[in-house]
Amino acid sequence: MSFDAANLLPILPEIAILITASLVLILDLYLKDQDKGLNHSITLIGLVIAIGLTGAVGGGDAQVFFDGNLIRDPMSDLLKGAILIVSVLTFIYARPWLQDRGMLVGEFYVLGLLAVLGMLIMVSANGFLTLYLGLELQALALYALVAFDRDSSTGAEAAMKYFVLGALGSGLLLYGVSMIYGATGSIEFAPVAAAVAEQGISNKVLVFGIAFLVIGIGFKFGAVPFHMWVPDVYEGGPTPAVLILSSAPKIAAFALAVRMLVDGLHTLHPDWQGMLVILAVLSMGLGNLVAIAQSNIKRMLAYSTISHVGFIFLGLLAGSEQGFAAAMFYTIVYAVMSVGAFGILLILSRQGFDAERLEDLKGLNDRDAWYAAMMALIMFSMAGVPPTVGFMAKLLVLEAVVRIDMLWLALVAVFFSIIGAFYYLRVIKFIYFDKPADDAPALLTSSGVRFAMSLNGLALLALGLFPAALLSVCQAAF
Amino acid sequence: MAEKLIFYILAVITLWASVMVITRKNPVHSVLFLVLAFVTSAGLWVLLEAEFLGIVLILVYVGAVMVLFLFVVMMLDIDLATIRAGFVQNLPLAGLIAAIMAVEILLIVGPGNFGLDAFPKPEPLGAEVSNTRELGLLLYSVYIYPVEIAAVILLLAIVAAIRLTLRRRPDTKFIDPAQQVRVRKGPDRVRLVKMAAEDVAPVVDKGDAQ
Amino acid sequence: MIELWNALPVLIQILLKITAIILPLLGLVAYYTYAERKVIGYMQVRIGPNRVGWRGLLQPIADAVKLLMKEIVIPTKADKTLFLLAPMIAIAPALAVWAVFPFDEGLVLADINAGLLYVLALSSLGVYGIIIAGWASNSKYALLGAMRSAAQMVAYEIAMGFALVGVLVAAGSLNLGDIVAAQEGNLLTWFWLPLLPLFGVYLISGVAETNRAPFDVAEGESEIVAGFHVEYSGMAFAVFFLAEYANMVLISALTALLFLGGWLSPLPAAWTEGSWLLSDGFHWLLAKTFFFMFLFLWLRATFPRYRYDQIMRLGWKVFIPITIVWILVVALAVVYRLPPWWSA
Repeated sequence: MSFDAANLLPILPEIAILITASLVLILDLYLKDQDKGLNHSITLIGLVIAIGLTGAVGGGDAQVFFDGNLIRDPMSDLLKGAILIVSVLTFIYARPWLQDRGMLVGEFYVLGLLAVLGMLIMVSANGFLTLYLGLELQALALYALVAFDRDSSTGAEAAMKYFVLGALGSGLLLYGVSMIYGATGSIEFAPVAAAVAEQGISNKVLVFGIAFLVIGIGFKFGAVPFHMWVPDVYEGGPTPAVLILSSAPKIAAFALAVRMLVDGLHTLHPDWQGMLVILAVLSMGLGNLVAIAQSNIKRMLAYSTISHVGFIFLGLLAGSEQGFAAAMFYTIVYAVMSVGAFGILLILSRQGFDAERLEDLKGLNDRDAWYAAMMALIMFSMAGVPPTVGFMAKLLVLEAVVRIDMLWLALVAVFFSIIGAFYYLRVIKFIYFDKPADDAPALLTSSGVRFAMSLNGLALLALGLFPAALLSVCQAAF
Repeated sequence: MAEKLIFYILAVITLWASVMVITRKNPVHSVLFLVLAFVTSAGLWVLLEAEFLGIVLILVYVGAVMVLFLFVVMMLDIDLATIRAGFVQNLPLAGLIAAIMAVEILLIVGPGNFGLDAFPKPEPLGAEVSNTRELGLLLYSVYIYPVEIAAVILLLAIVAAIRLTLRRRPDTKFIDPAQQVRVRKGPDRVRLVKMAAEDVAPVVDKGDAQ
Repeated sequence: MIELWNALPVLIQILLKITAIILPLLGLVAYYTYAERKVIGYMQVRIGPNRVGWRGLLQPIADAVKLLMKEIVIPTKADKTLFLLAPMIAIAPALAVWAVFPFDEGLVLADINAGLLYVLALSSLGVYGIIIAGWASNSKYALLGAMRSAAQMVAYEIAMGFALVGVLVAAGSLNLGDIVAAQEGNLLTWFWLPLLPLFGVYLISGVAETNRAPFDVAEGESEIVAGFHVEYSGMAFAVFFLAEYANMVLISALTALLFLGGWLSPLPAAWTEGSWLLSDGFHWLLAKTFFFMFLFLWLRATFPRYRYDQIMRLGWKVFIPITIVWILVVALAVVYRLPPWWSA
């Protein structure tokens, strides 16, 4: 059996990322301390090349490669592109923070790139095995990133919690996969779907397996009641790690859910719909309510993540093509918002100071009006205020839920997002209506960061005004 | 017949050892029972004619992973009294959850769903089939993509472990013997410093002190 | 005679075969200790044992009797079960490995496909005896020795395993008999030549795996008294001793088998016709094994003990990279059928 080199075509972006990571790893050995910025440049170049390659090899109908282990379809193209673009932003924002703290070392970039690689593998997986390996690759890199600041005891504690609960989640996921394998005799999605369609709901083993899959997905997303790790990790981890953790992995987690539940087990939609309804309602409720009580902005954003995950689940549980497209739209938009919010926190941080409390945002408008405007855009978008894209995303998801006659669920979602709007608007109040602290110095940022942040904030506005482009791509994926 | 007997002996030892792992008070004993459980599981693999998996289980888990694990456990100073402090209070809830799980698993994984009807016994392949070879062929053709990903995961694990543990701590009085040995006999060991003479301390007459 | 043998139940046959392997092995081990004292004695311009029997030939027997008579002291607060179990755990794998060892063409107790893996797996178990002994003794020197030994053996096992991967790539089989058959030819077709770096790594790792000088930091008489077996006496000590020497014999025999063509004669087949002494046979394997056994003693008499950090550096930073590179070389040579070894 000879190897067909055509198999390598669809994974060219992955190969580019892996080569970049290896290059950084080796080059870092020979770089002097003042030249470590080269790692950053190489990483960005590698990511941009990967974006280009994703565009070059993407497009067209779904195709299966590597004996059924890999699939390239419109969804994988879109999600890969989104992950890579968001990752470019994260690396740009993270650099000044790392440099100020003497942590601008190759390992950060290697771990970050390998996390990106894991996500890319996840979105194009066509079987439980590949999906799980991608998930582990991503998760291991993220655990290490959270513990990256070796002298921080909170970082170590956060990493430990993340690791233990993440490993538990992976274990439950694997247990579910083993059940599904037992019931269907395959770990590849297409044969699983075929076998499930044949057996139907009569098979108890399948339902048992799905319960564990959903629990695993809940852990990875951080949905209530599997959310315990999220606030602690967000608060304890170093901000650049949280920046990476809170953005692109959500896209990968979305792919995890869609690949397993839709590609593999769509026939059993009635079974997993109920479970997702519970997760969605709990996440939206608890996330929004508890976020109000937070004084630490990283912790507040953690609970806000949880509530957004609830919204993503709303789209998924609709089970219609329109619902999946809405959830996908929401996930990508959420990643862009999250990366922007943590980016602002990194901009506010300086040597020896981490912006972590809500008060640290006070009077941002007086210190730098442009960044204040960007942060305001991000907060409006998270709250779902028109004309930002956050409104559009919420609207689409709600529409999907209403269409399957679950009006009560839509009302619950609207109710909680109104509650949620309170704490987002409170941030805006801090930015515009409070005076900055006396010792707050002027914000010094490089033009690269300013450019990236402007792009990031304005994208939210632009996508809100002209959502059709992204939306049509999302709809084409299903 | 003999095969069945060996199976039951190994299975019983595996189960017994597993129970001992979680009930022993001494963590070193727990680890050793875990080793025993691995060894007997390897025996079960071999009974299934999967000798490669059985031997690799011994080689990797017993021979390397558990040795390092034992190494760490022996170094730890664990006060089991504090770890077990909440044991009795948490027992009812934990027991309830465990019981529910056990019943669920028994119902699902029992012979009703995974019995011999659904999964008939596979035919033995005979001694001339080397399952090392068969596994290798599968791994490096059909499953080449997952294998490569697994390789990347291992690379990542190395990088992460080194990043998290390798640290230079200036406050410890760590001695690098290699540097010590390299010290040359002449100028590195003894440094002669020229000093101006200081004031001579006043001489106390011993006779006065008495 | 053959009918009588066939009439025996299979279980009895196997037991007899095991006895036929173990008894000579134990005898060899006993006289290996004698040889060690004699050889090192001469190397150090001494005479060595010469009182018991003619030229001291009965010395091992006298030692065995002495150790049998001695009391086994169990230290206070030692973990008694594990303390007594440790020597058995040390010797069991050292003896069990011989089950798959071919002494001549077809002369093997269990001819299994994955023989090489089996050897590697069982030899990796030997470390448990040492660790358990060190821990169960409830003694700081013993624990230090056990820790050193655990780290060292895990490190060198990797290099050793990779060296064996090279052998299996070269031979295309995990079966020990097939590996010897793959070296058929003459002195130059044996694997020591194409796998020269792996041969060296394997041999040195073997010395380290058996905790022998110059890698004997686990015992390190001058630093930690006697390391892991400092609290052992009498027969319990003797069993550790037996295990160590049995492992040395095993490593020697395996090196002969894997790299020096086992029972194959170094001369081309055309020259050796008609002479049993020159043609292939068990005596060649024995001669090669004895050579490596002698090498173990020679090393001990020649080299001072390695420092611990040097041992670790050698294992991780020198041997493992060498083996990985050479596996690549061998794999390429096999794929492109480099003559004369893989020309067919």
